[in-house]
Amino acid sequence: MDTVSNAVHYVFLGAAACFVIGLHLMNHPRTARRGNTLSAFAMAVAIGATVWLVADEGTISGTGWLVLGTGGLVGAALGLWAAREVRMTAMPQLVSLFNAVGGGAAALIAVNDLLQADDAAALGARVSVPGALDIVIGAVTFSGSLIAAGKLQGIVSGAPVVFPGARLLNVLLPASFVAGTVWLVLAPDSRTALYGLTAVALLFGVTMVLPIGGADMPVVIALLNAFTGSAVAMAGFVLDETALIIAGMLVSASGGILTKLMADAMNRSIANVVIGGFGTGDGAPAATGAGGAAQVRPVSADDVAIQLAYASKVVFVPGYGLAAAQAQHELGDLAKLLTAHGIDVSYAVHPVAGRMPGHMNVLLAEANVPYTQLKEMDEANPQFPQADVALVVGANDVTNPIARRPGNAISGMPILDVDKAKSVVVIKRSMGHGYAGIDNELYTDPKTGMFFTDAKKGLSELKAAVAEFVG
Amino acid sequence: MNDLDLLTAITVFVLSVLVGIEVISKVPATLHTPLMSGSNSVHGIVVVGAMLIAAESHTWLGYVLAFVAMVFGAMNVVGGYVVTDRMLEMFKARPAAEKKTSGTQEKAEV
Repeated sequence: MDTVSNAVHYVFLGAAACFVIGLHLMNHPRTARRGNTLSAFAMAVAIGATVWLVADEGTISGTGWLVLGTGGLVGAALGLWAAREVRMTAMPQLVSLFNAVGGGAAALIAVNDLLQADDAAALGARVSVPGALDIVIGAVTFSGSLIAAGKLQGIVSGAPVVFPGARLLNVLLPASFVAGTVWLVLAPDSRTALYGLTAVALLFGVTMVLPIGGADMPVVIALLNAFTGSAVAMAGFVLDETALIIAGMLVSASGGILTKLMADAMNRSIANVVIGGFGTGDGAPAATGAGGAAQVRPVSADDVAIQLAYASKVVFVPGYGLAAAQAQHELGDLAKLLTAHGIDVSYAVHPVAGRMPGHMNVLLAEANVPYTQLKEMDEANPQFPQADVALVVGANDVTNPIARRPGNAISGMPILDVDKAKSVVVIKRSMGHGYAGIDNELYTDPKTGMFFTDAKKGLSELKAAVAEFVG
Repeated sequence: MNDLDLLTAITVFVLSVLVGIEVISKVPATLHTPLMSGSNSVHGIVVVGAMLIAAESHTWLGYVLAFVAMVFGAMNVVGGYVVTDRMLEMFKARPAAEKKTSGTQEKAEV
């Protein structure tokens, strides 16, 4: 090892340490951004060091520099554009897309490495085993994440796609890629094995994600995140780069934990999710508050309780305010009370990711809300006209009818048609604004009652009051 | 590239998983989305691998693969960090603004 190579590896070590510290700083909202900046800085330094290493080793050709430079610029520009332009509602897609490209890059590294091998002996198991694993995991992640992103974006049907013979294919494909992996490990110089395995893995990614419903996407994305991490770590083995192994496994651990948490919170096993075939509801709403001088009609817990107790259909609209107040259990309890009294209760969950895509589902699932009561926007909206009461808990922008009109911050944003319910109750602490910072017309609608209180406290009061009415 | 023996590589692998689990299990649920996006950018380190293969490529197929890997890797790195920062920025701004509003409101109500 020469001096430059040594120095670069110390830089990599430092970068890896910064990644760990950066992720550690993510454990508090106050420090999270600093953590991300530290991590980004470390990444920039590591990339700079790699340029130095590449130049120092001198094996790169002019075309190589061109490939490296233009590829880097094109990728950076695409990434920057996507990250800047993406609407917060499309966050899960973007995360999924980044998973795809990460896994894809990792797989390409292994493919390239194996292609350069002239004979099997030169490679050996030290490269062929992680190489084959890298291709399998990377390619599955690539195609799987693209399908996941397509589903979230609505390009691919969000509903579980099950085609005839899918199950059989899902048995045959893994079997053939296990066989392909073994073949490639034994004969790493076989082009047939290399291309065959890559193709099978890509196909498997597609057939793995297609049958999984929209509601399970957060779990799937976390799982694919873990896959990408492993693929990158395998690329680290192939290239003998500890930095890739460390970073890859950090991500893999994070993805793994999140997968487990989400699956647990939704009362589903990971296997259950991956086998797929059901689930359509998904998403998380945002924000609190409206404001301004327009007339609002304040109501008390008792007023609301009477409405709820004599309703036959109630739709809950949980939002950021509910999440912030951690009031999902109170809401769940209130729903149970109403359900027990024979009232049809459902939750209209908006797909907006105010800050946590899929978080609302998890929160409600944690409060033991039956999966079937969770309604995705498209499913919930036709129900509002039949709803006697729509109870909005801390959701603002996603219920603002102004979104249907052009010329404002949230124009065109899909909203929950809460204003079409026969009567509306909004639980809010104040007339504060939502993310969009605009007044919510819903609050000044004559049929809307405003119940000013903390979501948790308010829901507890409601529960007590309803319990009195329904005995 | 260095001469990393397999045992060392596996040691690093195992320790990284344990460190990852230790660090990440402390992240609160409210930060899980930024965490996922942030860890996404960390695996963008794959761009370093893409650069290394670009350096070793000498065939047209190698160049194509290296180019695509570079585009993917660079997109992952830049996009991942920028979008995570965007998210965390929004996340940070919200609770402060809300506290302020509710504070004034409470006073007004009293």
